[in-house]
Amino acid sequence: MTDSPSAPAFEVSELVKSYRGITAVNKISFSVARGEIIGFLGPNGAGKSTTMRILTGYIPATSGTVRVCGIPVATRAEEVKRIVGYMPENNPLPEDMRVSEYLYYRGRLKEIPRSRLGPRLDEVLERCDLTRVRHRILGQLSKGNRQRVGIAEAILAEPPVIIMDEPTIGLDPHQILIVRDLIASLRGRMTVIISSHILPEIEMTCDRVLIINRGQLVAQGTPSELRREFLGRTRYLVEYAGDSALLAGSLRLIDPTLQIESPPGEGTGEASRAESPDGFRKVFLTTRQESDQGESIIRILAAQPGIRLRSFTHSHASLEDVFLAATKRSWDIVDSPLPR
Amino acid sequence: MRHYFTILNHETRMLLVNPGTYIAAVLFLAVMGFFFTGMLEGYGGAGQEQSPATIFFRFFFIPVFFMVPLLTMKCFAEERRLGTLETLLTTPVTTTEVVLAKFGSAYILYLALWASTGGFFYVLYRFAGDRFIDPGPLVGGYLFIAISGLLFVAIGVFASSLSRNVAVAAILSFTLLFGLIVGLNFLETMAVIDLEFMRPVKAAVGYAQVFEHLDDFSRGVVDTRQVIFYLSGTILTLIFSILGVEAKLLQG
Repeated sequence: MTDSPSAPAFEVSELVKSYRGITAVNKISFSVARGEIIGFLGPNGAGKSTTMRILTGYIPATSGTVRVCGIPVATRAEEVKRIVGYMPENNPLPEDMRVSEYLYYRGRLKEIPRSRLGPRLDEVLERCDLTRVRHRILGQLSKGNRQRVGIAEAILAEPPVIIMDEPTIGLDPHQILIVRDLIASLRGRMTVIISSHILPEIEMTCDRVLIINRGQLVAQGTPSELRREFLGRTRYLVEYAGDSALLAGSLRLIDPTLQIESPPGEGTGEASRAESPDGFRKVFLTTRQESDQGESIIRILAAQPGIRLRSFTHSHASLEDVFLAATKRSWDIVDSPLPR
Repeated sequence: MRHYFTILNHETRMLLVNPGTYIAAVLFLAVMGFFFTGMLEGYGGAGQEQSPATIFFRFFFIPVFFMVPLLTMKCFAEERRLGTLETLLTTPVTTTEVVLAKFGSAYILYLALWASTGGFFYVLYRFAGDRFIDPGPLVGGYLFIAISGLLFVAIGVFASSLSRNVAVAAILSFTLLFGLIVGLNFLETMAVIDLEFMRPVKAAVGYAQVFEHLDDFSRGVVDTRQVIFYLSGTILTLIFSILGVEAKLLQG
């Protein structure tokens, strides 16, 4: 195996995939270092699954190059398949096999020697919490167990690279926690790419996030980098009663970059600013300044006789907001005709 | 080819735990048993010129029509529908290994089912002595089944590689088998084929007469041209199956 240890886990450049006249993936380039856990985000039909399938060597790309651990996928797909553990979307399993039988068969296909496969199987079943169901038939497993069988299968051969398409889809919160721990336990030893719709998931497990929309990479970076790029620096949630013009005026004194926004989902404009019956309303204050402005904002608002302050919180923008902002921005850009 | 036996082993086991296999087996033995008893009754009424084996194997096409589709329809269609083809092909196996292993397991089962009809002849031998058992046609018949089965099963695998719908795969393989066995036989009797410019077609059609091959084998004549016909047909069909599976990947 020519798996050179210095090469990055993934090197993707100008990847294009089109079929039946539709460009599913359009000039995506990124690179993933060894040992990183990467989250792959995008709305449905953005090209996540297509990209992942190309990375595994399952389907060929239309153009562009992909190297996995330095091995080009297009010409040496066989070797790439040997170093990639892949779990497809919805994790299809044969219906009428037992868990341990299935994993044994997969282990043999992945060229694990018979003598090592037995102990490795026990280890993987233990890690994925499947020991209790090892003799059950796959077709009768619950969704959570099926999903964990998929993860067990992906890590079975201890590949240096793991690709999982929506590993947490359809799981309950408890099972999500188990899967998250499992993925986190791979950190440092394996390079992991996961795609998900559940954004807090990605935020908690992933070192870096790639957001793609309409086949194009619209953002990449750590969650905090993305937050800074798409949503400004810091946000505060203020609940106050009084004149909003006064609020704006007094805030401009401390920080000219401060912006006042109403919370999402409660409409915009003066009238609809989430006013509670007792006259209090909530607004977000966004600043581009790096230092913490909390203290001075509180001081100046408390000093204003026309404004009564009830609560003041440092609001952490979720990845969800970043995701919405990033995909929205890309829609604005590409709403011109899509390049073919 | 290092994964061939792993997949072959797996596929054979999957066929053995699949209820469809047993339905096919029961149907097959019931139908063949029915023919066999009917045939023996014919012997009871009046003496026959041919040995029971010769007459018995002439019914080979009936089980082929329903058994081969039942055994092979799931090969790729089912895997593609469930999505397990994706997990299979993302391991370091080649499409060739997968196609050959699936073909191999279906063929083994096909042979096993036919081998079980040996019981009929054993029963006949036990109760009628070797009055009716003529080893020549018997061995020739089974040899014909084994060699022609290669092509029939390959056609079933090919049909399955083209579709994601199991029913479509079954009907397609039935149609292809029907065209090969009955269609070509019918074509030979058509007047149009006697026209002057159709002579090469007539030669080709005459070469591919499955029933005549059976008669030759039953008489103990093993013609290499016929063996090559089945072997080359099998290889060609399997190559098309490999291409069928890979072509579907290109479409995404």
